[in-house]
Amino acid sequence: MLLITCPFCGPRPEIEFSYGGQAHIERPKDPMSLDDQSWAEYLYIRSNPRGIHAERWRHINGCARFFNVRRNTITDEILATYKMGESPASCSEELDLSAKGGAVR
Amino acid sequence: MKCRLPSGGCVDRSKPLKFTFDGKTYSGYAGDTLASALIANGVHLVGRSFKYHRPRGFLSAGSDEPNALVGVGSDSARYTPNLRATQVELYDGLVAESQNRWPSLSLDFGGVSNLFSRFLTAGFYYKTFMWPAGAWKALYEPMIRKAAGLGKAPVSPDPDRYTQVYAHCDVLIVGAGPAGLAAALAAGRSGVRVILCDEQDQLGGTLLSERKAIIDGEPAADWLARAVQELASRSNVTLLSRTTAFGWYPHNFLGLCQRVTDHLGEGRAKAPRERMWQVRAREVVLAAGAIERPLLFPDNDRPGVMMAEAARTYLNRYGAIPGSKAVVFTACDSAYRVALELKESGVHIAAIADVRSSPRGGPWIERARAAGIDVRPSTVVTATYGRLHISHADLTDETTGKSETLPCDLLLTSGGFTPSVHLFSQSRGKLVYDEGIKAYIPGESAECERSVGACRGVFDLGAVIANGFSGGLDAVRAAGGKPAPEHKFPVFAQSLGQDGVIGLASKVVKRGGRTWVDFQNDVTVKDIELATREGFRSIEHVKRYTTTGMATDQGKTSNMNALGIVSQTLDLPVSTVGLTTFRPPFTPTTFGIFAGQSRRELFDPVRQTSIHDWAEENGAVFEDVSLWKRARYFPRHAEDMDAAVKRECAATRQSVGIFDGTTLGKIEVVGKDAAEFMNRMYTNAWTKLEPGRLRYGVMLREDGFIMDDGVVGRMAADRFHVTTTTGGAARVLALMEDYLQTEWSDLDVWLTSTTEQWAVIAIQGPNARKVLQPLIQDIDISPEAMPHMSVREGYICGIPTRLFRVSFSGELGFEVNVPMGYGRGVWEAIFAAGKAYDITPYGTEAMHVLRAEKGYIIVGQETDGTVTPDDVGLSWAVGKTKKDFVGKRSLARPAMTAADRKQLVGLLTVDPKVVLEEGAQIVVDPREQIPMTMIGHVTSSYWSAALDRSIALALVRGGRARIGTRLSVPMPNGPITTEVVPPVFYDPKGERLDG
Repeated sequence: MLLITCPFCGPRPEIEFSYGGQAHIERPKDPMSLDDQSWAEYLYIRSNPRGIHAERWRHINGCARFFNVRRNTITDEILATYKMGESPASCSEELDLSAKGGAVR
Repeated sequence: MKCRLPSGGCVDRSKPLKFTFDGKTYSGYAGDTLASALIANGVHLVGRSFKYHRPRGFLSAGSDEPNALVGVGSDSARYTPNLRATQVELYDGLVAESQNRWPSLSLDFGGVSNLFSRFLTAGFYYKTFMWPAGAWKALYEPMIRKAAGLGKAPVSPDPDRYTQVYAHCDVLIVGAGPAGLAAALAAGRSGVRVILCDEQDQLGGTLLSERKAIIDGEPAADWLARAVQELASRSNVTLLSRTTAFGWYPHNFLGLCQRVTDHLGEGRAKAPRERMWQVRAREVVLAAGAIERPLLFPDNDRPGVMMAEAARTYLNRYGAIPGSKAVVFTACDSAYRVALELKESGVHIAAIADVRSSPRGGPWIERARAAGIDVRPSTVVTATYGRLHISHADLTDETTGKSETLPCDLLLTSGGFTPSVHLFSQSRGKLVYDEGIKAYIPGESAECERSVGACRGVFDLGAVIANGFSGGLDAVRAAGGKPAPEHKFPVFAQSLGQDGVIGLASKVVKRGGRTWVDFQNDVTVKDIELATREGFRSIEHVKRYTTTGMATDQGKTSNMNALGIVSQTLDLPVSTVGLTTFRPPFTPTTFGIFAGQSRRELFDPVRQTSIHDWAEENGAVFEDVSLWKRARYFPRHAEDMDAAVKRECAATRQSVGIFDGTTLGKIEVVGKDAAEFMNRMYTNAWTKLEPGRLRYGVMLREDGFIMDDGVVGRMAADRFHVTTTTGGAARVLALMEDYLQTEWSDLDVWLTSTTEQWAVIAIQGPNARKVLQPLIQDIDISPEAMPHMSVREGYICGIPTRLFRVSFSGELGFEVNVPMGYGRGVWEAIFAAGKAYDITPYGTEAMHVLRAEKGYIIVGQETDGTVTPDDVGLSWAVGKTKKDFVGKRSLARPAMTAADRKQLVGLLTVDPKVVLEEGAQIVVDPREQIPMTMIGHVTSSYWSAALDRSIALALVRGGRARIGTRLSVPMPNGPITTEVVPPVFYDPKGERLDG
């Protein structure tokens, strides 16, 4: 069971959270101006990386807030959690961590 | 107990215990396992093998035991199959039986499969049972399952209790052998929170079988007692014996299964039977020890063939003598120690056959020879004899090729030790192959852990303890604690080296007989060789094809040997062949600990409305709708459901019905931007909806399909009372929160679930107003003052209410919202006032019929996640002029407006008495060859009392253009012809809404 640090409440077990899919997919400001292809991409196309993934989680059984997580899908290591609208603190070491599997510290 | 030493070991000879095995009564002592007690009674035949029904005895003395699986328990509720007799603690009155034999263990008819073994080789079920088609399911599989297999599952509900606890600690130590104890001493002295767990009933691991070693100046047993005492006295240390760490889950989360009361006997304790610990540890120290590897030789599975260290454990720990005349077959020094200790206790050692030409451990040979033991280098076992117990063994000198047959009743083998890396591997740490000890050992960690002692390939006792202590200190440092001072434990013990082999020890081992690799799944060397000949290269494929390592012991004693054979056959280095994946659980666990308290009424929460008890008292039959209990119908006298529903519908259409609508989801949407938020979430336009008005709202997902619907009241400019479907409430709130928090956080809106705050009582029928009138205060409910689709706030029976005028039946209707706790009181007041109009309670079934007669959809019945508003005739509810709302852009995609989309229509069967089946498929031409072209399906179908005929709603391709035509519903008894009609059957003009 993952240990996820809610940016509002602190570290909590995974059962307190619900998964919210890939992060940083912004809803277009004016959907009607998009062609079908672009809209379909917004709707359906998601990345499924082996490595670092930015994803949304919601502390549904806690503060109920959505937030962002950067997680290594190979090791389950969580590199950062941060509030909606924020960008993660420097992720420059991500590729290194991904390459060696990264210990969870 | 003819095979028991007069003294010594950890058993308590002052506490004799009686038990039965296969109906025969034996005695043992407190501290025995079922295995040690049986051995003390001279019983070695304890089971029949899985596939060939071979007689089997004890191979090991611990959790790695593949053979001695027994059923324990005196009744059908507490019976537990497939327990390892080596781990079953003896208690007075224990009832155990062997498995997979008929009629008895010594005379087993299933043994005939042994004679057909040539047809039962690797992958036999893929090859042999292919013909005729269909026979697999009907004949072969049941037959094979009956003949092969393990114990029988218990048939009665489990009367025992299981609990679950969460725990946190700084350092979790798995295994309380010398390494784990040393680690615990280090961590305990550092003051951090420590949990030490071990699968055995006593802490100590191999020290419990130790006779000679001196640790820190005292005998091992005394040192052990002092270490345990020190740990027990520390408040920061939790000691868990009888506790198996069965699984490692991400972020240092481990599952432990503690067997709390099994050893006390059935039903004798108030405490739970087992407890699951879910431990989040900052740091983990793995001290899981090592598993002794069998050597491979023909007919190596006879009762009496045993791991060398297991014999030492039976002798030293339990005082049970495993045989009187032993042959030892070894590839390492440790078996010499076993032979010497057995000899001290009076067991005759016929010979030690050592596969090594010049055993490295010179001192051990000298010691053995000095004790008068016949040591034979370069010698292997090439055959064994004896039907139900080993009687002889052939020893062959590899250099001369000369064989000799020696009589024996015990054959001890040791191929070296395999570090127990199960948990390390589960934690996704990387294993590396160590050619020196012929084993995989932990490499780079993936989690916050370190392995110490034998599970990382450190075998000599002094090194093990030093390694354990420093591992404990390392864990303390990593957990942020202040490590205790270093401590040296001088150990006097003779080195055992670390030799070993995997796979076949020698080419001289004859290929004639069958040589077992995996005892529990009956996999032989030949099976594995056959698999490689047939082209299987990957060890994962060999495993699945031969089933080696796939039994309940997960190949604890067999995996490395299987790997060795593949490596030898393919002539590839072991590290290239790879290793199969270790998966939880380490040993089988009960379903009980996973279920915990979640059984029976605690399996799932039950939601009841405040009117539930009234409905129950008035004979309601309930149905489950999500977690809610809803009254389905209220039968009178001996009415069946159809009769009750007919009566309830008629009463509602003719006078007045009362219905509990409390389960509807409710969300209060409040804030300056509430209307804008509603505009974006729902298809409808909300800006112009005045306070005091209701509107039917439709919510889409972003992909344009209907997700939910419900009536929404505007209570004030900045406040909406939103209702959702019963099952959709949580989903709708989650979607709303998602958009509000992540896309439109600039909107000033607050969302609150109020489902549990309001009781909702629907009063429907021409007399609804007359019933309510005398109970209402501060609201004018006349038709002029309160038109259809309006909401007023005031009082009913003195209780504050939000009174909706709304109809889900097509009749004049009201929905009374009152605070939840007042639900029953107000319900009863309305019911009393309605007596004069013969007010009738109705349930969900009548509600469904009434709404279907009006063509009102139910989300999840008429819709299935692929249905747009237009498909079900709701385009009127879509705000065409709105610039945007969730799902709008998707509705503009070409596929969403295609003419042949499935659309909601009504169906009237040509024979009005026939009620269609919901879910039935619809075709144009029932004479078409199967598979016919299906153009839709029936979504709702009922008998309509109001129309005195059947009605149905359906989704049909291009349905609206088919109105006036006929379609068919093919059924097993022939096609049913139906007329396609508009989906509103009753009062299409809506005149009855005003009473």
